[in-house]
Amino acid sequence: MFDYSMAEIGNIVVMQGFSGISLFSVLLLMALGLAVIFGQMGVINMAHGEFMALGAYTTVLFSQVAVSYDIVSYYFIFAIVAAFIVAFIVGYLVEYGLIRHLYKRPLDTLLATWGLSLIMQQTFRSIFGAKEVSATLPDWLLGSFQPTPDIDIPINGVFVLVLAAVVTVGVYIFMFRSRWGLRMRATVQNRIMAGAVGINTKKVDRVTFALGCGIAGVAGAAFTTIASTGPTTGSLYIVDSFMVVVFGGAASLLGTIASAFGIAQAQSILQFFMTSSMGKVATLMVIVGILMMRPEGLFASKLRK
Amino acid sequence: MTYFNRRRFMTGMGALVGALLTAGIMSAPSMAADFPTAKVNTTKLAVTDKTVKVGILHSATGTMAISETGSIQAEKLAIAQINAMGGVLGRKIEVIQEDGASDWPTFAEKSKKLLVNDKVATVFGCWTSASRKAALPVFEKENGLLFYPTFYEGLEQSKNVFYTGQEATQQILAGLDWIAKEKKAKTFYLIGSDYIWPRTSMKIARKHIEQHLGGKVVGEEYIALGDTQFGSVINKIKLKKPDVIYAAVVGGSNVAWFKQLNAAGLNSSKQTMLTISVTEDEVLGIGGENLAGFYSAMKYFQSQKNPSNEKFVAEFKKMWGPKSVIGDVTQAAYLGPWLWKAAVERAGSFDVDKVAAALPGYEFKDAPEGYVKVDANHHLWSKLRIGKWRTDGQADVVFESELIAPDPFPKGYQ
Repeated sequence: MFDYSMAEIGNIVVMQGFSGISLFSVLLLMALGLAVIFGQMGVINMAHGEFMALGAYTTVLFSQVAVSYDIVSYYFIFAIVAAFIVAFIVGYLVEYGLIRHLYKRPLDTLLATWGLSLIMQQTFRSIFGAKEVSATLPDWLLGSFQPTPDIDIPINGVFVLVLAAVVTVGVYIFMFRSRWGLRMRATVQNRIMAGAVGINTKKVDRVTFALGCGIAGVAGAAFTTIASTGPTTGSLYIVDSFMVVVFGGAASLLGTIASAFGIAQAQSILQFFMTSSMGKVATLMVIVGILMMRPEGLFASKLRK
Repeated sequence: MTYFNRRRFMTGMGALVGALLTAGIMSAPSMAADFPTAKVNTTKLAVTDKTVKVGILHSATGTMAISETGSIQAEKLAIAQINAMGGVLGRKIEVIQEDGASDWPTFAEKSKKLLVNDKVATVFGCWTSASRKAALPVFEKENGLLFYPTFYEGLEQSKNVFYTGQEATQQILAGLDWIAKEKKAKTFYLIGSDYIWPRTSMKIARKHIEQHLGGKVVGEEYIALGDTQFGSVINKIKLKKPDVIYAAVVGGSNVAWFKQLNAAGLNSSKQTMLTISVTEDEVLGIGGENLAGFYSAMKYFQSQKNPSNEKFVAEFKKMWGPKSVIGDVTQAAYLGPWLWKAAVERAGSFDVDKVAAALPGYEFKDAPEGYVKVDANHHLWSKLRIGKWRTDGQADVVFESELIAPDPFPKGYQ
């Protein structure tokens, strides 16, 4: 490390710090939808990644339309909203057609949603082709922001960071400051009592599931700025998503945030000093170790089982 | 199955005489009757008087479908063209297509089905090394014939396989020589996905850089397959400031790698990069604007200007749509059926042993990529080309090497 000047090391520290925060926002955005579905409903949604891919493909379609009408600068915000709506609607239908029949058989939902993920992958492949596609990004999302000539802060990273913050605040408000959230939390804590006081728990389940899928769609839309969109894109994200949610403690929003932050920082720093693969291995070892000591995750839910 | 008998022999002879007479006048394509089935097929392959069955075995579903679709399309195009010219030894080629489904045991299983149940005369297929390694024992046991299109890590040679892509040294050495000379590069950063092909390739690259180019490898990094986060790696590269990044990242990671590299300010105006894992197919996903100015080392680029390539590109687009693109492996896959046809005609037989013996030494003078020759080690002599990517997703060929001999077991590089 002594071959480098202080200024160089300073620049790298800044950029490395941002890279950790950027990874944090990516993991958080990935995991939020799953935290809602798995955390609140206990449904293991193996098709979570495919809902991200659905959002990503929606964005790609929007970008193709935008290119043909020459409105590339503006479309991205609308694409994100559309990605949410499309994934929400598909999620709503999936809950109605598939998930609600399996609430009493949690392990079967795992198989059923895995099957769903295969069906969705093949559907993407049939409609959009096997090859990866990319959305044409507006100019303001490309390149880097340079506070000094030697520091580059990727703009797409900043964008994902802002979006992750907005979605997190949105989920928080929805869950803890709205009537809907109240009903949702009541249903999670005691389904029978919630039903007894007049909450339509079936409707709550449906909206919760659809909301989780919608958030996954937003994540997928955001990831078109940093990665690829292909039929199997979703499977790249599913493991990391589950890792964040399980490590954080299934039913806790705060846990998900803390876990995403911890994993991102550990991975980012370890990958800088070790090789990339070894960094990942070391991170996983730490997670396994902590989970052995705290099987419920970082923030265990306090409700009575 | 038809067997040899006296009557068939007589009609065969009659047709042969007739064919010889007409051949002098109009040099007609070879007729099936010139080559009686019993004679050209002594090993009970699926060859009749009118048809010959061949197999295509690639992944049409699963992760690898992204890459393998182009190969399927190229092989079908070549077979359609051969059939339009009258087929092989006067027999139309019938394709039996099987799906390897991106699952290596499935490749072995389907190979067995093609060879044992369908008795195909040859198979065009496999893409990843893992799928080839899974299928290879089946081909050797059942004595089948496989044409394998992908550039790969070498260290393999089988009497049952012809490798129409480049082995590692053909793709790596000349490319490194060029970039060291052209860019006066001394320091290299090696980065690849974490599996056998990038690791073997980087091993060869490192030896060549250190022992032959007098350069220095300042970093070597492998990324887990499917990983899409490159922030830390990019910062390491920024700290080391290599003259050249030498990259072999594949699949979804590849797209993330280029997008994030550009977003971090390392575009081609600031950083030289030579990659051995980007063809026109990958550019579709990565986006031309993220690649513009970087270099790829391949044996074929769609933009190559020669009459047979222009014809190939036009007919490929006619068959598979105007938006389709042709990458290095797609072209190599296109060579497979043509090489097999040539070998069968040289051997005058569909028998695997005779065909495999007849192909080495064959010169394919007007392949889309240019002149190629089949070596005794079942690999092709070919040229290496360096392409500089444009924003429209095509590359300008800026360098073309001499013809390079295939050397799957390179001495001093293992």
